[in-house]
Amino acid sequence: MHSTQNKQSTTPPPPDKGVRGWLNHRTGLDALLRTALYEPIPGGARLAYVFGSGLLFIFISQIITGVFLALYYVPSADHAHTTVAYITKAVTAGSFLRSLHAYGASAMIIVLLLHLSQTYVYGAYKGRRELLWLSGLALFALILGMAFTGYLLPWDQRAYFATAVGTNAASEVPLIGESLKRLMRGGTEMGTLTISRFFVAHVFLIPAFIFALVASHIFIFRKAGAAGPVTEDPFEPKQKPELFYPRQVVMDLSLTALLIVGLGLLCFFMPMQLGPPANPADAQYVPRPEWYYLPIFQWLKYWHGSASVVGILVIPSILVAAVIALPFLDRSIERRPWKRPVAMGSYAFVLFVLVGLGLRSQYLDRHDPGVALQLAKQKTEEQEFMRKPFEPELSSASLAAANVALADPLAAKGKTIFEAQSCNACHGDGGVGTAAAPALVGIAAKLSPDQMAARLQHPTAKMTAGGMPPVDLPSDDLKALIAYMQSLK
Amino acid sequence: MCACAGDSETTATSPATSGALDNRRSFLGALLGVGSVFVGALLSVPLIRFALFPLLRLTTELKFSSLGKLGEFSSLAEPVMRTIQIEQVDGWRKAVSEKAVYVTKDTQGKLLVLTSVCPHLGCTVPWNKEKNQFVCPCHGAIFAPDGTRVSGPSLRGMDALETSVQDGQLQVRFQYFRQLVSDKEVIG
Repeated sequence: MHSTQNKQSTTPPPPDKGVRGWLNHRTGLDALLRTALYEPIPGGARLAYVFGSGLLFIFISQIITGVFLALYYVPSADHAHTTVAYITKAVTAGSFLRSLHAYGASAMIIVLLLHLSQTYVYGAYKGRRELLWLSGLALFALILGMAFTGYLLPWDQRAYFATAVGTNAASEVPLIGESLKRLMRGGTEMGTLTISRFFVAHVFLIPAFIFALVASHIFIFRKAGAAGPVTEDPFEPKQKPELFYPRQVVMDLSLTALLIVGLGLLCFFMPMQLGPPANPADAQYVPRPEWYYLPIFQWLKYWHGSASVVGILVIPSILVAAVIALPFLDRSIERRPWKRPVAMGSYAFVLFVLVGLGLRSQYLDRHDPGVALQLAKQKTEEQEFMRKPFEPELSSASLAAANVALADPLAAKGKTIFEAQSCNACHGDGGVGTAAAPALVGIAAKLSPDQMAARLQHPTAKMTAGGMPPVDLPSDDLKALIAYMQSLK
Repeated sequence: MCACAGDSETTATSPATSGALDNRRSFLGALLGVGSVFVGALLSVPLIRFALFPLLRLTTELKFSSLGKLGEFSSLAEPVMRTIQIEQVDGWRKAVSEKAVYVTKDTQGKLLVLTSVCPHLGCTVPWNKEKNQFVCPCHGAIFAPDGTRVSGPSLRGMDALETSVQDGQLQVRFQYFRQLVSDKEVIG
C-alpha cells in the first residue's frame, strides 16, 4: 500500500463558481464536507474501523423502513396483527420491507457488538474518551430497548409471549419490580395499552434519545480524534495520519455494500415470518426470545427464591457498573491487548459465559422432547398462517348487525317486522337513522319496553308531526318489534 | 474536485504529481457519488412500490352481490325485493352490510335492479302492491314499477344499479347516489 498521506497537495480554495460555489456561499457546505471527510486517522485507514459507519447506515435504514411501515401499521390490540399481516401478505414489497426492518434489528445488534468489541480490544476508550464510551453504552442500551419494544408490535403469538416473559422478568427486580412491570404493560395484564406504550417508546421516545446520543457520540469522537492502532498513544497520536477520505470511506462503504447485499438476499429469500394472532389464552405456548436476549433468558432460569436477588440484581449490577466505570478505572495508556491480560481475560470470560448461556438454552430446548415438540408445532403454525391469503378484518359495525339477528329469536322476528313495516324506510337499516327520522340505536337506554309500546301505539305530537304513523300490530308482533329495538346498540 | 489536506499535515509535492492525484481523487469521488446515487435509487424502488400500493391496486372495492338465478326473474309480474349482502373492502378491513334492492323490468321488458334508497332524502322506498307503484313513506315521492318518477318531491327516478350475469346468476353492485339532485351521481 502506498501511503497517500505523503502526497497531499495544498488545500485548494473553496469552490467559488457554479452550483457548488453558489451553495457554498450560502451554506458553508464545503467546510462541513471537509470536516466530515478530512478527519485524520493516526496510522492510516483500517478495516477494523468500519463498524461505526456500518451502525449509522443500519440506523438510517431502520428509520426509513420504520417510517414506511407506519403507513399501514395501526398500534392497537385489535388491528396490529391484521395490519402487519396486510403489510406482509398484501402490500407490494411489504414482506421485503418488514423483513428489512426486523432483520435490520438483528444486524444492528451484531454490528454493535463488533463495534463495542473493537473499541474494547483496541483500548480505544482510553485517553480522555470516557464520555465517548459512556454515550456508546447508552446507545447500546437504547438499541436493546428498540429491539425489545419493536418485537411486540406485530402482536403475533411469538411477540406476545416473548414480551410477556420480558415484562415478567422486570417484576423480579426487588421493591420496584411489580410497579415496573405494570408501568411497562400499562396495567397488570398485557393488552392494547401495552401496544400503545411500546409503540410510543419505539417510535417517539427512544428514537429521540438515540438521535441526541448519536449526535453527541460523533461530536465527542471528533473532539477526541480517532484512536488509531493499538500501538498508538491514546492522548498524543504520533503515527502518520491518513485522512478519512478516500481509503477509509471506501472501506466503510464496502461494509455498507456488504450489509445491503446480505440483508437484501436474506429478506428476499427468507422473508420474516408472521405467526397467528396473539392468543393470551393459549396455555401451551412456549415463549422464546430473540437470539440476543437468549443469554439473559437462560441466566434468569438459574435464579429462584431468596437467591434470585443475587442473580437478577447484584451480579448484573456489578457487571454493568464495571463496564460503565471501565475508562475511569483503566487509566494506563497501554492499548496492546497482549499487554492487558486482565481486560482481555474478563472480555473472553464474559463472551464465553454469554455464548455458553445462549447455546445452553438452545441445547435444552432441543433435548427436552416436550419443548422441542411444542416449538416445532409453533413453527408449523407460523408457516401455515403465512400460507393463508390475507383476510380483511370485519369492521365492528357489520359484526354487531350480523349478531343481533342471530342472538335472540324474538329480536330476529322483530327485525323482519321492522323491515316489512318499512320502519327502516325512515329510521334506516338497523335503526341507524336517516334524514327523515331519528336513529333508534341505543333507545333501550332511554325508554322502557312499556314506554316504547306506548309511543309506538300512540305517537307523541312531535312524532306525528315528523310523519310517524301509529303502529297497529298484534301484541306478539309488537313484543318482537320492541325486542328488536332494544337490541339496537 | 478537490484533494485537499486536513490541517494536520501538508506536505508539498511537485505540481505535476499533485495534479495527477487531483484527477484521480476527483474521479474516485465522482465514482463514489454516482455509485451511491445508483444504490440509493435501487433501494428506493421497494419503498416507492410499497407507498404507491393503494394507488396501483384496488384497495377499496365494492364487490358484486348475487341476487339469485336469472330464471327466477324471467316471469316477473311486479318488482320483488331482495336483500343483498354488501361486502365493502377498505384497505385491511371490510364492512358487511345488508341492503334492500328491487328486481324489476323496464318498459322493454329487460331486467333492471333498483336501489331502495329514495333519491329524495334517502328513505327506504317500499313497493305498494295496491297502487302498483313505489310510494316513499317519508315525503310521498311516487315512482312507476320501472323506477321512473311519477310525482312527489324527488327530482329524479329511482336509481338503477350496475348488474352483470355470472354463471347464470344475476349480480348487482350496490352504490349510493347523491340525493336531492336531478342527475344520478355516484357518491364516493
